[in-house]
Amino acid sequence: MSEESVIEVQDLSAGYGETVILENVNFTVKRGEIFGILGGSGCGKSTLLKHLIGLLPLRGGKVLIDGRELATAHGEERQKILRHIGVGYQSSALFGSMTLAENITLPLEEFTDLPAAAREAIAWTKLKLVSLENYGGHLPAEISGGMQKRAAIARAMALDPAVLFLDEPSAGLDPVTSAELDALILKLRDSLGVTFVIVTHELASIYAVADRVIMLDKQKKGIIAEGRPQDLRDESQDPFVRKFFHREA
Amino acid sequence: MAETEKVFQVQKTGENIRLQLAGRLDSGSVGAIWNEAVEAADDEVVVDASEVEYCDGAGSALLCELQRRGGRIEGLRPEIAKVFELFTGEGGVQKAKKRSSDSPLEAVGRAGWEFLQDVRDQVAFLGQMTVVFLSLRGSRANRIRWNDVWLIFERAGVQALVVVGMISFLTGLIMAFQAAPPLQQFGVDIFVVNLVGLAMVRELGPIMTAIVLAGRSGSAFAAEIGTMKVNEEIDALTTMGLDPVRFLVAPRVLAGIMVTPLLIVYADLLGVAGGFVVMIARGFPVVALWQQLTGAVGVNDVLAGLIKGFVFGALVAGIGCLRGLQTKDGASAVGVSTTSSVVSAIFLIVVVDAVFAVVYYMIGF
Repeated sequence: MSEESVIEVQDLSAGYGETVILENVNFTVKRGEIFGILGGSGCGKSTLLKHLIGLLPLRGGKVLIDGRELATAHGEERQKILRHIGVGYQSSALFGSMTLAENITLPLEEFTDLPAAAREAIAWTKLKLVSLENYGGHLPAEISGGMQKRAAIARAMALDPAVLFLDEPSAGLDPVTSAELDALILKLRDSLGVTFVIVTHELASIYAVADRVIMLDKQKKGIIAEGRPQDLRDESQDPFVRKFFHREA
Repeated sequence: MAETEKVFQVQKTGENIRLQLAGRLDSGSVGAIWNEAVEAADDEVVVDASEVEYCDGAGSALLCELQRRGGRIEGLRPEIAKVFELFTGEGGVQKAKKRSSDSPLEAVGRAGWEFLQDVRDQVAFLGQMTVVFLSLRGSRANRIRWNDVWLIFERAGVQALVVVGMISFLTGLIMAFQAAPPLQQFGVDIFVVNLVGLAMVRELGPIMTAIVLAGRSGSAFAAEIGTMKVNEEIDALTTMGLDPVRFLVAPRVLAGIMVTPLLIVYADLLGVAGGFVVMIARGFPVVALWQQLTGAVGVNDVLAGLIKGFVFGALVAGIGCLRGLQTKDGASAVGVSTTSSVVSAIFLIVVVDAVFAVVYYMIGF
């Protein structure tokens, strides 16, 4: 594993039950990079993400996060790796019965020895980071979808992870809110050095934030293109890649 | 603690207090020094952060807290200052606002107001159901989703047979067990049959069946419709022009009305059977027990229980559906609706049963 890689995927094979969705997937993500996973509906983007974060068992291959394999780690070792990553889900997945501040303090309560005052202060700083400092006492149902997405990022940042995985962060957001979210992602990367792996099919967001992307294909069950999004748009000869980036039917 | 000494130190020079922070300020080290550092920063102090090598979110939170308490942060390295600014930014350092909690008086007032609103909602819902059922009479009866009705009938009725049967049988059995010895002292233990028969048919059969139905089916209706509400399926029905009351509530209430009296008859039979088992064990012949039962329990008594069954069925199904439709956002709201459906249904069953008792007494039924 090269020094600057934070995630290394080797010959990953993924799927549900008997169904194989992805085969022989290989890529690396560099530290501090914003890495996009693209593809049409049903190509396995979210499935790949679930394998990367250890929610689904691998059919084959390896996923190394900072050189450690999540799939085979257990107990304390697994907790260490999980503390190293944060995940923002498509539906935000904030705990509906807890306020935003409580959502953020929950992992701090579980994984640190910080006193209550410190946890509260950290929750506030995370909310400040995503411009929700005045909403700490609100329940998720009391704020908008865009605010929920930002709150989910704040929760994912609670333990200062090195890598943030985001599943469709811009889905269902208006262009302005989506652009604000893109700006937040860039701010977190530039200031805190966080590495992002983003699953999306929002082209505007891809161009705005992604340093490098891979494109998955349902038929080929794997990666059909890899590179800078602008390069893929302008130079790729693959018909599907061209259609995707040029929004052709 | 060696690590604490390394990252935090208080220096006093005359009246001036200087907090010296050093090394890594992260969630691993900040916890140990938090309380001491924050207490020391109560007055205007200088926080010397020139020796801080690394600062994550937890470290930034500590610096924010020290600044909020009047501390002046000095000497931060440019790269750490950049991170720190992310958390302070415009508006300076402040605390997250907490949810304001009501005073006891406000809480009582709010609870009273919510109760009145709930009563209003229940009356409005009853009216809505009545309108829907009136609109579905006669030739429009085919607009009722009969497939749903039979499915719910099966789930609420057939699948409840075991639990209703067990509870009723054991209730009859326990009643007979408890009543027989004292009555035997007066030589009238045959009247245990009257007691079990009348109590089961007029009161316990209907009430116990309704309570089981509230726990099994009313809560299921609330959870099912509540989840649909959270998933915006109710909104989808409405925007498609489909009335949720006709589409979702009517089949459930209809199934409830149809199935409850049948379950009550079943519960009555099993309850009486439970009583008979005890009496047979005490040496009474079945014929004598049967004659005593038919002499004590008339058709009126059975009808009195069955009429309650129709009302209880509508009530349990209706409350379950209403609570489902009242569900707010979020997974916890479904749990609240489910609990509320059971509590409300049991409360109303008892209230309505009391009304029945008074009405039956007044009309001599």
